[in-house]
Formats: sequence, structure tokens, C-alpha cells
Amino acid sequence: MPTYPYLKIDHVDKSFKRGSTETEVLKDITLGIEQGEYVSIIGHSGCGKSTLLNLVAGLLPVSAGCVLLENKEVNEPGPDRAVVFQNHSLLPWLTVYANVKLAVDKVFGGVKSRQERHDWVMHNLDLVQMAHAKDKRPAEISGGMKQRVGLARALAMEPKVLLLDEPFGALDALTRAHLQDSVMAIHSKLGNTVMMITHDVDEAVLLSDRIVMMTNGPAARIGEILDVPLARPRKRLQLAADATYLKCRQRVLEFLYERHHFVEAA
Amino acid sequence: MNMQAVKTQSAVPVPLATGEVLRLPTPKPSFVRAKLIPAAKDVAAKLIPPIVMIGLLLIVWQILCSKPGATLPSPTKIWTEAYDLIVDPFFIAGPQDIGLGWRVLTSLQRVAIGYGFAAVIGILLGTLVGQSVWAMRGLDPIFQILRTISPLAWLPISLAAFRDSQPSAIFVIFITAVWPIIINTAVGIRNIPQDYRNVAAVLRLNHLEFFVKVMIPSAAPYIFTGLRIGIGLSWLAIVAAEMLTGGVGIGFFIWDAWNSSRLSDIVIALVYIGGVGFVLDRIVAGLATIVTRGTSAN
Repeated sequence: MPTYPYLKIDHVDKSFKRGSTETEVLKDITLGIEQGEYVSIIGHSGCGKSTLLNLVAGLLPVSAGCVLLENKEVNEPGPDRAVVFQNHSLLPWLTVYANVKLAVDKVFGGVKSRQERHDWVMHNLDLVQMAHAKDKRPAEISGGMKQRVGLARALAMEPKVLLLDEPFGALDALTRAHLQDSVMAIHSKLGNTVMMITHDVDEAVLLSDRIVMMTNGPAARIGEILDVPLARPRKRLQLAADATYLKCRQRVLEFLYERHHFVEAA
Repeated sequence: MNMQAVKTQSAVPVPLATGEVLRLPTPKPSFVRAKLIPAAKDVAAKLIPPIVMIGLLLIVWQILCSKPGATLPSPTKIWTEAYDLIVDPFFIAGPQDIGLGWRVLTSLQRVAIGYGFAAVIGILLGTLVGQSVWAMRGLDPIFQILRTISPLAWLPISLAAFRDSQPSAIFVIFITAVWPIIINTAVGIRNIPQDYRNVAAVLRLNHLEFFVKVMIPSAAPYIFTGLRIGIGLSWLAIVAAEMLTGGVGIGFFIWDAWNSSRLSDIVIALVYIGGVGFVLDRIVAGLATIVTRGTSAN
């Protein structure tokens, strides 16, 4: 039996039709992600990286090709591919606890007892250090905290693949760094398979095992895949002067700003 | 360059001054001064302006209507003529001679039934129209035409259909209140952010779970706007409907009083109608603030 990657994006095309005009967004994307691997997708805005994530999440149908998870095709959304959305997407009328509970009840309703589900919610809130705010509503907590709760909700589904859609994009630099450290800690503890969309070069190099660089759209392709051979656990301050880190960073920057610099739409 | 050395003194231990902390008795503000007086001031600030205005209006009314040949009764005349109606809303002196409280309750009962149906059916139809593009294309034009029809224009049709005044009046309430509820619910459902739909999709919520856990809470502010318009319209319609269908309600009372030239009674009935309408609106608005707490804030 031939070996296959854990998550496989196989010759995927995606185009959007609007009336008679058809816009090709992604062209012939092929990518394999191994179990426990942390892969970042980086590219200029509008290159279709969020579309790629939505295809893997099953929120959008592929136009051609397929997405395989453990060699089974996925074509609809499901909790095995939990998404942390860019703007947290917590339900504002539910408390922090209830937001996570909704996911836990739905995924583990028939498997775990009421007490187990409660413990599991609290365990995941603890993991992101948000247990103290369990009775607050999303409007009462900061942006970074909301993103933590969104992460807890996704982790609580015990997904096979964790999909992060620019999870730190809307946060200030200090909060972002703090949250990146949390994600690194959780990744090393749980060994999740992660696919993260980002447009932040430092973030990509710091967090990822591999960085997938996308060319500009329309019909964006994978331009280059860069391995980040940095040992884990990684420390932000030590890496700042690390030769490998700087070299990786340099490679991504060159790709983004020399070879595929952002073309302003006329 | 000369540097001036700073002369430092070696530290000499200073004997610590010993002293006792004197606990002064803090004057505890009395309950009256701390709570009662500010609360009373607050209430007075809200109550005095409307009371003064009502007093002024009554005085102007009194002056205008005490001239000889005035067509409408003055406040003092109303007080003497309709004294029994004012002081006791719940007397029963005969089959058609009962207090206004009873009449209002009868009308409210009709409104409750008609409005209840309108709320349930309006929210369900509104959800359908908001959720399904085809339902919207099919039903929206029909709704837009039907909703412009005056409530009373429905009365003959419903009398012909039900052959009884009671269900006809209820139907008129229903048909009046249902349109704003449908339309506002549909707008609310259409405005559910795609984010919430994505969350529901990832969680694989089924249709019922999505309806109860995402749609209704998310659209609640819109739904309550519709419900509030609806209750106002129902209360407007019931008075008119009862004038035509007869019975015991407050609407028929006005019609009856007009036919027997009891103008003072009509004025009292108007005050009742206004008061009840105001209370109904406040109740729905209060419900809305309780239910939609946290929904609009994002």
C-alpha cells in the first residue's frame, strides 16, 4: 500500500462564477500535510489563501480535484476540521463557557456524560487560560481573549486538523506575540496537525514546520514550499538572532516582495 | 574641574515612634439621607415635568370647554358625569353596564389570541422567507400587497368566513399584526452573519438546532422590532373591529356611548385605551431588552 499524507490537497482548482463571468482563484494546488505538522500558508491579500482554507474546511466546494483527510474525501464541513476564524465568530448571546459547551455537546453529546462534557469544556478553557472568564459574554472580553476562546472551542472538538484563518490578524502586536506563544505551547503539548493562514512573515517562520508561499491571484498557485528546520521548543528572543531563522525569514521576504510583489489592482 | 563631594552621613538608628491608631467613629449616613432622599429626587425629576404638563393641558381644556355652547365636555364635567366609570373600573351592574376594566380585559383577551397566533406564524413564515430565496421570491410580493390592506377591510371577509363576531375580531388582529412580524423576522434572518453560519456548519448543527440556537437569538433584535410594531397595530385594530362587531369590548363601548351621546364616557375610554396601549408597548419592549441582552453587542 502506498503511503499517503495525513491531509492531502490533490490538484485542486477553485473558481467562482458570477453570472457568465468566471474568476479562477486557485489553480492546481497540491499539498500534503503530515500528522502533527504545522504548516503555514502565506501570500499577499487576495491571493486565495483563505479560499484554500475554506476548501479544506468544506465551507466551499472545490471546482476540480479533491481534499483527502486520512485518504477519505471531504466535501462538507465537520468538526474533524475545526476552524478558528479571523474574527473569532463567537456567538455573542452565549457566555464563554456556553460557546465552548455548544461545540462539546454537539461533538461528544452521545459519547461523554454531562459531567465529562463539563470537565472537557473547563479543561479546554484552562488550556487557553480563559477559565477565569467562563461566565463572561464575548462583548465583555478583549479581542485576544475572544480569539483564545475561539481556539478553545476548536480544540474542544478534538479535530484531526486544526485550521487557523489569520487567527492573530486583528490583534495588536503584543497580544499577538502572547497568543503565538500559547499556540506553540499547545501544539507541542497536543501535537495537533495545523494549517494556518497568515500574512505575517515572522509569525509564519516562528510557528511553522513548513511555509507554503502562494503566488498572486487570479489563478494563484503554490510558488514555493520552505522547510523551517528550527528545533522546538522555539523561543522568540533566542530566534531573533538565529542564523537559520533569519535565512528562512529572508527567503519568504524575497519571495513575497521581489518575485511576487503585490500588484495593486488598477 | 572640581567635583563637590556630597557629604554623606552614616545612618543613625532613629527610635521608632510608637503610637496608637485612633479609630475615629465614622458617621454612618442614615438610611433616609443615603438612599431615600436621592431616590426621591430621582423620581421627582422624572415625574414632575409630565405632571405639570398634564395639569396645564387640563387647565387649557377646562377654559376652552367651559364657554357656553362648547361642543365637548370640560374635565370637571367629565368628572361629575362619568364618576362611576373613573373610580371603579371593575363594577358589574348589568349585562351591558360594567366597569371599563372588564371591557378592556375582554378586548385584551381577543388581542392576546390574535397576537399570539400572529407572533408564532409571523416568526415561522419570516424565517422561511428570510432563509429561502425561492420562498422569498414567491411570497414576498404577496406579502407586500396584502400588508397594505386596512385591517377593517378584512372584517367583512372574515365575518363571511367565520360567521361569528368573536373569531372575526381575532382574525382581524392576527392579519394586522402578522405583517410587520414576518417582514422584520425575514430581515433579521437574512442579516445573520456568515460567520455564525460557518460555525454552525463546522459543528454540523441540524436545522432545528440551527433555528433555536443561532437563528432566533441572532435575529432576536429584529424579531422584537416586528413584535413591538405588531402589538401597537393590534391594539389600534381591536378598537375599530369591536366598533363594528359589537360585544363587550372597549371599542363597542365607545360606539355605544356615541350612540347615546355620552361624550364624557368616551373621553374616559380614550384614556383607558391610551394607557393600555402604552403598557402593552412597554411590556414587549421590556421583554426585548431581557431577551436580546448581549445579542446586539459584538
